[in-house]
Amino acid sequence: MTDPSSDDRKRLSIYLMAGPETPELAEAAVAGGADLLEIGFPFSDPLADGPVIRLAGERALARGMRTAACLACLAETRARVDVPLIPMTYASILEGYGYERFWGDAKSAGATSLIVADLPVEAEPELPRVQLVAPTTPDERIRLAAERTDGWLYLVSLTGTTGARETESSQLAGLVRRARAVTDVPLLAGFGISTPEQAAGAAALADGVVVGSRAVEIADEEGARALREYVASLRSALSTPAGASATS
Amino acid sequence: MKTAELGLYGPYGGRYVPETLVPALDELERGWREVADDPGFRTELEGLQRTYVGRPTPLYHAERLATDKRIYLKREDLCHTGAHKINNALGQALVARRLGKTRIVAETGAGQHGVAAATVCARFGLECVVFMGSEDMRRQRPNVERMHLLGAHVRSVEFGTKTLKEATSEAIRDWITNVETTHYMIGSCVGPHPYPEIVRELQSVIGREARAQILDVEARLPDAVVACVGGGSNAIGLFAGFVDDRDVRLVGVEAAGAASLGTGRPGVLHGSRSSLLADEDGQIADAHSISAGLDYPGVGPEHAFLRDSGRAQYEPATDEEALAAFRLLTEREGIIPALEPAHALARALELDAELVVVGLSGRGDKDLAMVLDS
Repeated sequence: MTDPSSDDRKRLSIYLMAGPETPELAEAAVAGGADLLEIGFPFSDPLADGPVIRLAGERALARGMRTAACLACLAETRARVDVPLIPMTYASILEGYGYERFWGDAKSAGATSLIVADLPVEAEPELPRVQLVAPTTPDERIRLAAERTDGWLYLVSLTGTTGARETESSQLAGLVRRARAVTDVPLLAGFGISTPEQAAGAAALADGVVVGSRAVEIADEEGARALREYVASLRSALSTPAGASATS
Repeated sequence: MKTAELGLYGPYGGRYVPETLVPALDELERGWREVADDPGFRTELEGLQRTYVGRPTPLYHAERLATDKRIYLKREDLCHTGAHKINNALGQALVARRLGKTRIVAETGAGQHGVAAATVCARFGLECVVFMGSEDMRRQRPNVERMHLLGAHVRSVEFGTKTLKEATSEAIRDWITNVETTHYMIGSCVGPHPYPEIVRELQSVIGREARAQILDVEARLPDAVVACVGGGSNAIGLFAGFVDDRDVRLVGVEAAGAASLGTGRPGVLHGSRSSLLADEDGQIADAHSISAGLDYPGVGPEHAFLRDSGRAQYEPATDEEALAAFRLLTEREGIIPALEPAHALARALELDAELVVVGLSGRGDKDLAMVLDS
């Protein structure tokens, strides 16, 4: 495998909802070329999520994927893959469990960082996490988020919730430009990226992409093998020289 | 660890929202501070409160309702659109207009806030989208029809509990998506900073009027002030008039099946930290009430703070108790209350106090089908 930390390789992050099949799906995603994995810890009221992840969360909760089960799932996933593993969840889960305790137990289970979708950069400064910035974020807040982020910055590529869109975001280029002006941390773009073409287009601007809803959908409907093929198609699109497929 | 720094009521409040919304909340806060200092805004708001809403609303002595004590009703049911919700909707519409927003998104439970939002949007020529749970649309049909007539788009929310909780989440998701053009007109003193403060300020007119009115007629302050609490906006508005009068008891009444303050625990929902119906994992639990307006697992952060500090107390009332109080007020006083304030009436009737002011937050036309079925 190409070294994920090398500067020219575009990073590919795949989001999976925590569940009994997650370790197997994680393995498939990594085999397909994922460089890091986000593991969704479901929350009953996920404000940042569109219908696919919201429904996947509802199903996961119905199957008992509460915090303890999610942490166990994380540990089982860690036993199968070596890539960075990042639980992605909401503040209420950490409130319930305790912020410090959550991070401690997640780290013990193999987490390398966290993403908390509704915890602004000012809150809980001691909690290590990947910060998110959006097209609406002013430059000074981007700078603050970049200073406090853990490893890379998550660019919310459009004003909206998670989920596939038919077209590429017109807001991403401006956001990348503004982020580049204030930070050198890697920039990964997510929200609304589902096709290899969209992934290539976003990766031509940023250092990598996050794909969530479509991966969750394929994992759920078609299983690990299909997920591996889908991730491989994204990987292949990202490996194409920048710009070559972005305009297809 | 520290919580969010802004808009805190003790350990409650703050801003727990996706990053996309943070700049919009900053913009709203700046806009709100500007209008708060602007005499022109005050003049416009007070003029419309008088001529459009019908303020001041009367304080009525319900002599036949109770004979063992003097109960006064603060008649928010006589406001234009039939509930206190218009106080907040009108003020927020004026703020939204100043921020240059052309589209309003709102959530509604009982439909009273949805009707108020649709009404002020008609008045100011703003586009209005109201999210409402499909279960609530069934329970509150007349208000759905009113919103349609007023030109609002009512979006049915078909998932989860199909009530106010999900409607609020969907309204916030819409706001995330359309934040450049849209103002989120939240209906209660919940949500991320600065909403709890804005809604409290806009509803505090209830308490200011009630305090002056009771002094005028009784030449003394009441022993207790009682209001129902779902999200808690009519209660926080009524309490605002008396919170500094240490001898006046503040009593909030929750639906027994939605007692976020009585049986809840700290948690985060819809952008703020408060006392919630949640389990130990932080998952939000379902609320249950005959009254759609109280059927919400959260509550405004300031109420959680007032509870902890001991300044206010919060009591439950069951569906049956609310229905009994509904019938009693209707038969004894010829006033058909909404089911929400009927909860407050139920507790007020039993209260060990001589002089009580009850927030009659809305009228009951919308609830007739529910009551007749029960």
